[in-house]
Amino acid sequence: MALKATRFLAALLWVIATAALAAEEGPRLLNAPTEPWFGREASLQRGARNFVNYCLNCHSAQYMRYSRLTDIGLTDALIRDNLMFATDKIDSTMTVAMPSSDAKAWFGATPPDLTVEARVRGKDWLYSYLLAFYRDEKSATGWNNLVFPNVGMPHALWSVQGMQKLIENEFEDREKAEAAAIAAKGLAVMEPAAGGKWVVKTVAPDVPGSLAGPQYEAFVADLVNYLDYMAEPVKHERINTGIIVLIFLGVLFVLVYSLKRDYWKEVH
Amino acid sequence: MQKFISWIDDRFPLTKLWEEQWGKYVAPKNFNFWYYFGSLAAFVLVMQIVTGIFLAMTYKADATRAFESIEYMMRDVSGGWFIRYMHSTGASAFFIVIYLHMFRGLMYGSYRKPRELVWIIGCLIYLALMAEAFFGYLLPWGQMSYWGAQVIVNLFSTVPYVGEGLGTWIRGDYTISDVTLNRFFALHVAAVPLVILLLVAVHIMALHEVGSNNPDGIEIKKQPKDPKTGIYLDGIYSHPYYTIKDLVGVVFFLAVFFIVVFFIPDVGGYFLESNNFIPADPLKTPEHIAPVWYFTPYYAILRAIPSFFASQFWGVLAMAASVLIFIFLPWLDRGAVKSIRYRGGLYKTWLAIFVFCFLLLGYLGTVPVTVWGQFHGGFAEALDTQDRATWVARILTLFYFLFFLLMPWYTARDKTKPVPERVR
Repeated sequence: MALKATRFLAALLWVIATAALAAEEGPRLLNAPTEPWFGREASLQRGARNFVNYCLNCHSAQYMRYSRLTDIGLTDALIRDNLMFATDKIDSTMTVAMPSSDAKAWFGATPPDLTVEARVRGKDWLYSYLLAFYRDEKSATGWNNLVFPNVGMPHALWSVQGMQKLIENEFEDREKAEAAAIAAKGLAVMEPAAGGKWVVKTVAPDVPGSLAGPQYEAFVADLVNYLDYMAEPVKHERINTGIIVLIFLGVLFVLVYSLKRDYWKEVH
Repeated sequence: MQKFISWIDDRFPLTKLWEEQWGKYVAPKNFNFWYYFGSLAAFVLVMQIVTGIFLAMTYKADATRAFESIEYMMRDVSGGWFIRYMHSTGASAFFIVIYLHMFRGLMYGSYRKPRELVWIIGCLIYLALMAEAFFGYLLPWGQMSYWGAQVIVNLFSTVPYVGEGLGTWIRGDYTISDVTLNRFFALHVAAVPLVILLLVAVHIMALHEVGSNNPDGIEIKKQPKDPKTGIYLDGIYSHPYYTIKDLVGVVFFLAVFFIVVFFIPDVGGYFLESNNFIPADPLKTPEHIAPVWYFTPYYAILRAIPSFFASQFWGVLAMAASVLIFIFLPWLDRGAVKSIRYRGGLYKTWLAIFVFCFLLLGYLGTVPVTVWGQFHGGFAEALDTQDRATWVARILTLFYFLFFLLMPWYTARDKTKPVPERVR
């Protein structure tokens, strides 16, 4: 009797508990293209160029040394001639000249240091964010972002991407909105609207920039690969070392295990 | 060599210590998978101390330089990233190993007479380990370090009458600051490790005094001695048998451990939280503050308890009780047998309930209250979205405690099986 009651309680607990399992909500992010195995260095070099030219004016990377870029196949001379605008010492870190008090006055917030930003946000978020800017006359900078609503940063890459506009579609209920968001196959944000309705927000190209859509996506992908590298320059080395260490441990395990079997043979 | 050792033995009981503690220590021969975690815990402890010493060589316990010094370690110190990932992964590994070690105790009744002291000292080690992890977590001086510490220290501020002063006393300031960082560093690298080492020594000595339990819960010391070997029938010398067996465990553990260290050191934000890569900012509270995974079951219990009489202290009490209650297990268990192998269905079901509650509370502790229960449909629709998971957490908390509080009752009336004379 007691056993049955306890088992019933356990089953009940299981059912109740499933109510607590939640699906986290947020914008539907795009998947950043995976770093190519071959041509990884080329992608990182292009990304470094994009970063230095478009990001490093406002954002610093104060823990990243220029000299470290030799990791991705660049020589000191190449770094000095093409990537160093703010300093002439190759061992210095990527700081910016803009005082943070000015930055705060201009943008409402100091642009965050980007050294480890990829570890904070993740590659998918960064990739989606850089594709999600659209024109918004209501905002102070004239820009807004689907992934980061009302962000203080203007679209620094607008000359490359061009301008996008916001498209809003209203749906009767959540299910229909969800289906539409999935069907959009791109960036889509769902928001509840008045009267139980749901709005799905997407962006669409409006004014073209210097690069066409797919080229801009590749431009951003390189940049995101670079940010990811900069956040953890040892990543590549870490994975390569790991493979060797695991092979070693595998061999060691076989040896140690055989030794154990040999010792324990006599135990009954 | 022999001469040298006897020279030492005349002046210090070296051989005696070795033989008593390991060399001639007789352990049951039927240890299974679950018995690896004791030696693994000792191994991880040593690993944490060694890697910690190297980290302390470059770390700066200074609010303006702590974050930077860790990035310096990760980038400019040769091999620094490896030591740091070993230490950060080691912290989580320590808790995984300890939780499995404690679960072994629950399954095979290792806390029962005559091992009450072994168990209690073990619980104290666990408490010290929690303190160690908490102090250490502030050191990277990221947003989660800072706000996590803020939340935990504020818990002490809810204590009636003395709370305010207690919080200030712990922090050494009115808010978490450079002063707090310095004292947490001192506690993390010197005070708590010393306490842990001392307790571990006592834990092991006490165990070797009473002898190890085993998966059958049979006291091998009550058996006659084998006339051939001169030791208990089901006993075996630790050395070389368990030395070599534990070595297999260590190598296997290292393989799993290094998969994490080299391939997924963040473990999706569970071992290294992404928000902790943002330097601490006392003016900017993160939207979602969650402790590292090993504290989340208790954190969920804390959040589940509503405030009474305008005080959050009840949640803090419940959280403290949920950790301290382990200490009383030796007296709560009235079962006729020790091991789960000979227990009846009642104990097994309750243990399953406990594990389920612990894991699910752990999950709930990782998610923000705002996304708790955003599950829709089913009977749960009857409750308001935000309340749903809070209620589930309350029910889970209730059953967490019932596992302990009802234990005298269900273990006593459980239908146990007879325990054999010899181990299987």
